[in-house]
Amino acid sequence: MKLVKSELSQAMTINAQSMPADWRDFFALTKPRVMSLVIFTGLCGLLAAPGHIHPVIGFTAILCIALGAGGAAALNQWWEADLDAGMKRTAARPLPAGRMQRTDARDFGITLSFASVIVMGLAVGWLAATILAISIVYYAVIYTIWLKPRTPQNIVIGGGAGAFPPMIGWVAVTGDITLMPVLLFAIIFMWTPPHFWALALFVKTDYAKVGIPMLPVVAGEKVTRQQILVYSFLLAPIAMAPFLWGGMGIIYFAAALGLTAVFIALAIPVGLRTAALDDAMKPEKRLFAYSIIYLFALFGALVVDRVAYTQGWL
Amino acid sequence: MTPEEETEIRRRQKGRNIALGLVLAFFVVLFYAITIVRMGD
Repeated sequence: MKLVKSELSQAMTINAQSMPADWRDFFALTKPRVMSLVIFTGLCGLLAAPGHIHPVIGFTAILCIALGAGGAAALNQWWEADLDAGMKRTAARPLPAGRMQRTDARDFGITLSFASVIVMGLAVGWLAATILAISIVYYAVIYTIWLKPRTPQNIVIGGGAGAFPPMIGWVAVTGDITLMPVLLFAIIFMWTPPHFWALALFVKTDYAKVGIPMLPVVAGEKVTRQQILVYSFLLAPIAMAPFLWGGMGIIYFAAALGLTAVFIALAIPVGLRTAALDDAMKPEKRLFAYSIIYLFALFGALVVDRVAYTQGWL
Repeated sequence: MTPEEETEIRRRQKGRNIALGLVLAFFVVLFYAITIVRMGD
């Protein structure tokens, strides 16, 4: 017998109420794949910063960044459980699949968020803890609750949430905010729109179904493609800025130049073309996949450059 | 509640308890290490 959606939802709720959630579901709430990028960029900020940090304190800083990101992700899923249920990409998450009660996800998210900020403050420093707290509120409240359902520019401003980790890593070492951590923030801030809109172009039917005003849904494909191109070109000077004004060396310069050139080369066909009906969206998928490699490689180059400089290899 | 459901609940509770125990043990070790490092500053 085919269950209608409300019956299915009710059945899931009953299941969630009678069965305690598995520990793996709590782990899934933290969005481990997104967290890996957060940990990586946070670690790069920490390793590229001038100065010394004890390995135990450095490890604690990265752990707190990861826990904070996990807490914010859990709160995001608690708030968006109904929307997630309506999208193919997210329907299998613990809450929409009925494997967990909503209040459990909320409490888990709040606990992780508070614990990460307090441990960061006590063990590492209160400036890093303050930026971590701002990043959690930025993602869980400003992006998830306020911007995402209201404006097609949600990704542009909300992208700031993902841009905090390298800044926090840097501040954990130096204890103050200078130009370089702001530039690292700006790189991820400019990178997020083309990265996410490339994804939104080939999953747009899902966002449209649950009424999220993603740019392709509200303004159409053509405007989205133009915006991808604009932000890709804006990314270029920002990516070069750590070499021009931030004191990074020739390794970073060469990596940033090459990587950003490829980024723009992949963004141009996405920006200029018009997708046919039943289009496989290969250029968009290619740009999305490359954008992830781009960020890993660019921040990796930042660390290699710093290590080469401090070891006297250059 | 069927015996199968009862078994599944116990299995999940056991898994959560073990996971929570490991997390707590990890934090005990971490806080000890942080204290030692901070005392040396």
